[in-house]
Amino acid sequence: MSDQETGKSGSRIGPFHIITGLILLFGAFLTVYRFTQGLGPMTNLNNEYPWGLWISFDLLCGVALAAGGFVTTAACYIFGLKKYHIAVRPAVLTAMLGYLLVVIALTYDVGRPWRLPYPFLVQSGTTSVLFEVALCVMIYLLTLIAEYSQVAFEWMRMSVARSLVMKSILFLTVLGVILSTMHQSSLGALYLIAPSKMHPLWYSAYIPVYFFVSAIVAGLSMVIVEMSLARRFLRHKMDEAHERGYDDVVLGFGKAAAFVLAGYVSLKLLGLAVDNDWSYLMTGFGALFLVELLGFFALPAYIFAIGARERRTGLIKWAAGWSVLGIVLNRINVSLVAYNWKLTVGEHYFPGWMEFGLTIFIVTLGLVLYRYCATRMPVLHEHPEYTDTH
Amino acid sequence: MHRRKFLGLMGAAGAGSVAASTARAAGGKHFEGYPDSFAVLFDSTECIGCRECERACNEVNNLDQPERPFDDLSVLETKRRTTSNAYTVVNKYDVPDQSAPVYRKIQCNHCMEPACASACFVGAFTKTELGAVTYDPSVCVGCRYCMIACPFHIPAYEYDKVLEPRIMKCTMCYETRLIKGELPGCVDACPKEALVFGKREQVLQLARRKLQTYPDRYEQHIYGETEMGGTNWLYISGTPFESLDMNTELGDTPAPKFTSGALKLVPGVVALWPLLLGGIYAVSRRKDKIAEQERQQSVEDAVAETKEQARKELEEFKEKAERDRKKEVDKAVKKAKEELEAERKDEQGGSDE
Repeated sequence: MSDQETGKSGSRIGPFHIITGLILLFGAFLTVYRFTQGLGPMTNLNNEYPWGLWISFDLLCGVALAAGGFVTTAACYIFGLKKYHIAVRPAVLTAMLGYLLVVIALTYDVGRPWRLPYPFLVQSGTTSVLFEVALCVMIYLLTLIAEYSQVAFEWMRMSVARSLVMKSILFLTVLGVILSTMHQSSLGALYLIAPSKMHPLWYSAYIPVYFFVSAIVAGLSMVIVEMSLARRFLRHKMDEAHERGYDDVVLGFGKAAAFVLAGYVSLKLLGLAVDNDWSYLMTGFGALFLVELLGFFALPAYIFAIGARERRTGLIKWAAGWSVLGIVLNRINVSLVAYNWKLTVGEHYFPGWMEFGLTIFIVTLGLVLYRYCATRMPVLHEHPEYTDTH
Repeated sequence: MHRRKFLGLMGAAGAGSVAASTARAAGGKHFEGYPDSFAVLFDSTECIGCRECERACNEVNNLDQPERPFDDLSVLETKRRTTSNAYTVVNKYDVPDQSAPVYRKIQCNHCMEPACASACFVGAFTKTELGAVTYDPSVCVGCRYCMIACPFHIPAYEYDKVLEPRIMKCTMCYETRLIKGELPGCVDACPKEALVFGKREQVLQLARRKLQTYPDRYEQHIYGETEMGGTNWLYISGTPFESLDMNTELGDTPAPKFTSGALKLVPGVVALWPLLLGGIYAVSRRKDKIAEQERQQSVEDAVAETKEQARKELEEFKEKAERDRKKEVDKAVKKAKEELEAERKDEQGGSDE
């Protein structure tokens, strides 16, 4: 695909517009259906499986895969790794949209979405892990909007507002790291309360740590994946600095991902040893656990390491995509496979077609919003009037 | 009211005046249970599977009529759980070495430290001082985390309600009967002594007495005495509890304990991250600053060095020029002298001739 072709598809109605348009239209139908017919007819949720695909994928995976925001801003602004500066804006945009979509998906899932502010306004259940998650996700979404507003202000040429945001960028970054540490880990901690329902291989006192560390992997991998996709489909929006810095980001993040993944695998083995769960490895669940841990965490760690050592960005891109799948598999395993593992076969949950439909709609919405922002605002390139980006 | 079903004396007025307090039981601290709370003892050796408790529950709580009436006992052939339309169900179990089937009644066990109350992020559940765990639909968001949290698979959800779905579960008839000094509907309706209501301590004493008096008849365990930190619904049985689908591996740790540890780390994160990150930031800033200084210094040094060298070269050049000039002058003088000498010789030679 040449640059000219992609340049044209940005302004004209192409297959992207037609396909996404149809999906969004379908999403509108599902929205009407949800708020007129309710969850009963729409989903396969039941009293044994109160949380289904929307919590598993849209919430747990959505939040993990949006971790690129805090990982990249921390690397650039706190650790002072300026060569990753070109990755900050795409990562913050992805994170902001990710969290926004998590909240949107939740409005479909909870019974009375207009009450979502109740924990903060009406009555707080402070003993609940979910309270912490809700509070952190809410504040972090506002933090991400503040971080991204810098880009929007440049776009609207509001210099005063932009400089105000720039002055608070360090504060916002630290806040983002704190909030992310808390809610990424707490999403795992949600399951701590039900040890009797969780398979021992996935249940561990360390599950908050697992969720947090794997979220870092997800963040690093998603930045690589997303920058590669942007380079492929939105190359005409990239300036020279982004073109040149791309390899640095991929190699650097790939190397970091190799280390963090290796640490994650070690932690998981430690968890097995602490709870003495080795005997479960010989069962069917054990096979799934090993496929997840070795095939989707240890293997990409190895590939990341080779890619970083031999400076092969192509290899790193594949490893990144693979480990993103690994995170998704892990979250689904925790929330839908390990959960209620003792139920007999016929009682297990499988999402209905409208549940899949809504998830596809939410992801598509994210793609469309990303494309809208990245093609109009200075995300993949510097604004010509504001070149002092840091 | 059957006298035997109601252990101890509960003045209607007295019980009514006991106000519900908020779920202190939901916290991380160890909680012994409200001292005067009530409990129900279920004795599976007494239960005949007549479903009268189900009928009473349905009436007291104004639930919809089920498809099949309560006197249709064929319902018992399938295993059921609590639903939004049935706060209690009775299941039938065929136990290998017993001729008659064994029945077990399922409903909320009213944990002393309830998982649901601990998990709810709007505090919709209350562990009342009477022992009942109640639910307030006026704050419920419908997130269904209580259903995830409950170790007994009890709370049910009104999936078919579009705008106002509620969590539905047994409340021990708290509002409708308990605070008026009446027995819970199911206990009142039981034609046998399968359900006995009283102060938890007294109910426990009754259970222990039964186990001691008829050691051959009962399993020597009171289910709910310690399970999940203890519950206000207790069970004794003539068959192992596992054979009645009761989870005997729950342990005695109250549910809130499982998450309180993780939640306690939160203030640590809030306190430590800014310090650590601030430190890292300071280090990276200083590194940048020093690198910048060193760069500037080396530029200055280079400039100075170049200048010095240029000065030296200029001086050398000057010196050389001076030397050359001197040489030239000397040469010229010498030449002039020689010429002068030669002229003089010529003049002398000419006069000699």
